[in-house]
Amino acid sequence: MSDLTLKVDNLHVHFPTPAGVVKAVNGVTFTLRQRERLGLVGESGSGKTTTALALMRLLAPPARIPHGSMILDGVDLLALSEEKMRQARFAEISMVPQGAMNSLNPVMRIRSQFVELFQAHGQFTSSSDIDARIASLLEQVGLNPSVAGMFPHELSGGMKQRVCIAMAVALRPKVIIADEPTSALDVVVQRQVMETLGRVQEALGATVILVGHDMGLMAQFVDRIGVMYAGRLVEVGPVRTIFRTPKHPYTQMLIASIPTLEQKKLFKGIPGVAPSLLNPPSGCPFHVRCDQRLEHCSRIVPDSIALSPDHWVACHLYPKEEHHDQPA
Amino acid sequence: MTSLLEARSIGKTFRSSGFFRRTSNVALADFSLSIDEGKPILTAIAGESGSGKTTLTRLLLGIIEPTDGAIHYRGTDLRAMNHAQKRQFRQEVQAIFQDPFEVYNPFYKVDHVLRTPLAKFGLAASEADARRQMEAALEKVGLRPEETLGRYPHQLSGGQRQRIMIARALMLNPKIIIADEPVSMVDASLRATILESLLTLHQEFGISLIYVTHDLTTAYQLCNDIYILYRGSIAESGDVTEVIKDPKHPYTQLLVGSIPLPNPDQRWGADQPTPKTMRSAAASGCLFADRCPYVMDRCLASVPPMIALSPTRGAACFLYDDDHAAHSTRDGVQQHSR
Repeated sequence: MSDLTLKVDNLHVHFPTPAGVVKAVNGVTFTLRQRERLGLVGESGSGKTTTALALMRLLAPPARIPHGSMILDGVDLLALSEEKMRQARFAEISMVPQGAMNSLNPVMRIRSQFVELFQAHGQFTSSSDIDARIASLLEQVGLNPSVAGMFPHELSGGMKQRVCIAMAVALRPKVIIADEPTSALDVVVQRQVMETLGRVQEALGATVILVGHDMGLMAQFVDRIGVMYAGRLVEVGPVRTIFRTPKHPYTQMLIASIPTLEQKKLFKGIPGVAPSLLNPPSGCPFHVRCDQRLEHCSRIVPDSIALSPDHWVACHLYPKEEHHDQPA
Repeated sequence: MTSLLEARSIGKTFRSSGFFRRTSNVALADFSLSIDEGKPILTAIAGESGSGKTTLTRLLLGIIEPTDGAIHYRGTDLRAMNHAQKRQFRQEVQAIFQDPFEVYNPFYKVDHVLRTPLAKFGLAASEADARRQMEAALEKVGLRPEETLGRYPHQLSGGQRQRIMIARALMLNPKIIIADEPVSMVDASLRATILESLLTLHQEFGISLIYVTHDLTTAYQLCNDIYILYRGSIAESGDVTEVIKDPKHPYTQLLVGSIPLPNPDQRWGADQPTPKTMRSAAASGCLFADRCPYVMDRCLASVPPMIALSPTRGAACFLYDDDHAAHSTRDGVQQHSR
């Protein structure tokens, strides 16, 4: 397919610890089309941020990627040399990190931080040229160009977040990873920042991966959702399908637990706690908390099954044969 | 009916005396609230960062003193309490804070955080009695004591830790629990169980709950009444269903319109303009004037009083001032905007 931007295949991330190997990401496979917005959701510890960092190849040792490939426009990011990968960051694939507002250097003016970015990618031309580019980037995210002369502490949280978005798109990357870009912001500012991110992405024709656990934000922003549990992608599908007819029992509980303005005094949580990634349960990692568990769920890890060309689920409730043989 | 906790037009102004100039910052102004014994409330206090909700929490808990007005507990000013009264206040008014990680000493087992208040208030007759009370409280918040006691904080999830804090508050037989963003740092899937525990405390034990939050959805789900704070003042108050389903103050309308609804077919504040400015600098008038799409001349000149919309509902906005409402259509209003 020509419109495929990113193909992640069987990605694993391991953290060796004195107690054993923590398999933070355990065989994640997904593809991204051009201009698409994918949401990665899951509880803390489900591996969504680790997946995002792996895509940027920003995992610090001792983390390792023992298997997998991440092919961006025909190039396997895992096969690149460290220097080639450094060049690819921001230019090909960029990231708005979690708590991005704290990622700005507090003692440098915004302008200098942009200049640093351009210089690191060999794009320094004349000073006036750079200023014009910074001004247009700031305007693109709804900020006054005078922000370039300010220090981070002079900006509000929402403004800093916009600066980070401007930096993430400065080199016109193909993929933008936004890891909980608004978790520290108030709702009104959150909406403004997400609208900004969406507008900039459309102008650029880039693909966005939104990492987070706010299902409301996902419903409002993404086209497809991937649900992660214990380092695995348990269900992937179009956003409407996931919200209307979730198939995996975990997704079903996740959707049912979202507080809405439809019901009062009725709280549905997900019983139990997320499994340890050091000693994950055998079989399906969710079987311990699952209310629709079958006898073999504790023994066999379910494969991903396509329920429709765009909707994948890894659960024994949906056996392979059924979808080929039985009439609907 | 005797009044338990009563805040009479309290306010807090933080003053800093710099060398060259003094600055003062009004964190909270003219807030009143009354909780009667025998008539427990389930009230939400909602607002964004900087709205004064944490200042209000700290005032109601007696951690800081108001600069205006007074807070009375069982008829006595918090500042004028004797030792016994203070002790009673500390026992009957409990707090649950935002961060379930910071409140624990990582070197002690979680038993410590439960045993200390029992010892402090002399509530347990013996070690066995203390153990029994701790187990009963944990069960009331849906935790299994054998899986909880004897563990260190790092061995428990954020949701479990937060429920232990609720159990701790519960053991002291409080009349009032003030919960400041109790679920904002807990995983979405665990939020429901914590909110459910809080609701149980109110319904089964008649404890008044003040739920301080920025999240209107959970406020709507859990509470009966709500106060919407904006930069230290009440913008709107009333029955939570009325306020959220039919917001009157333009600020409440903006907040409600900004909730990301978990429904891909219902677009985010589709009917609402996004406010242009993100900074604010109203000098003498309504604090929301610079972001308000319906701003009028009088909004810049004076602060709107709380206007009663119904016996239980109020909004601090000139749009609902009867003298004016007669001849102010939205179009007429907008030509005055800057």
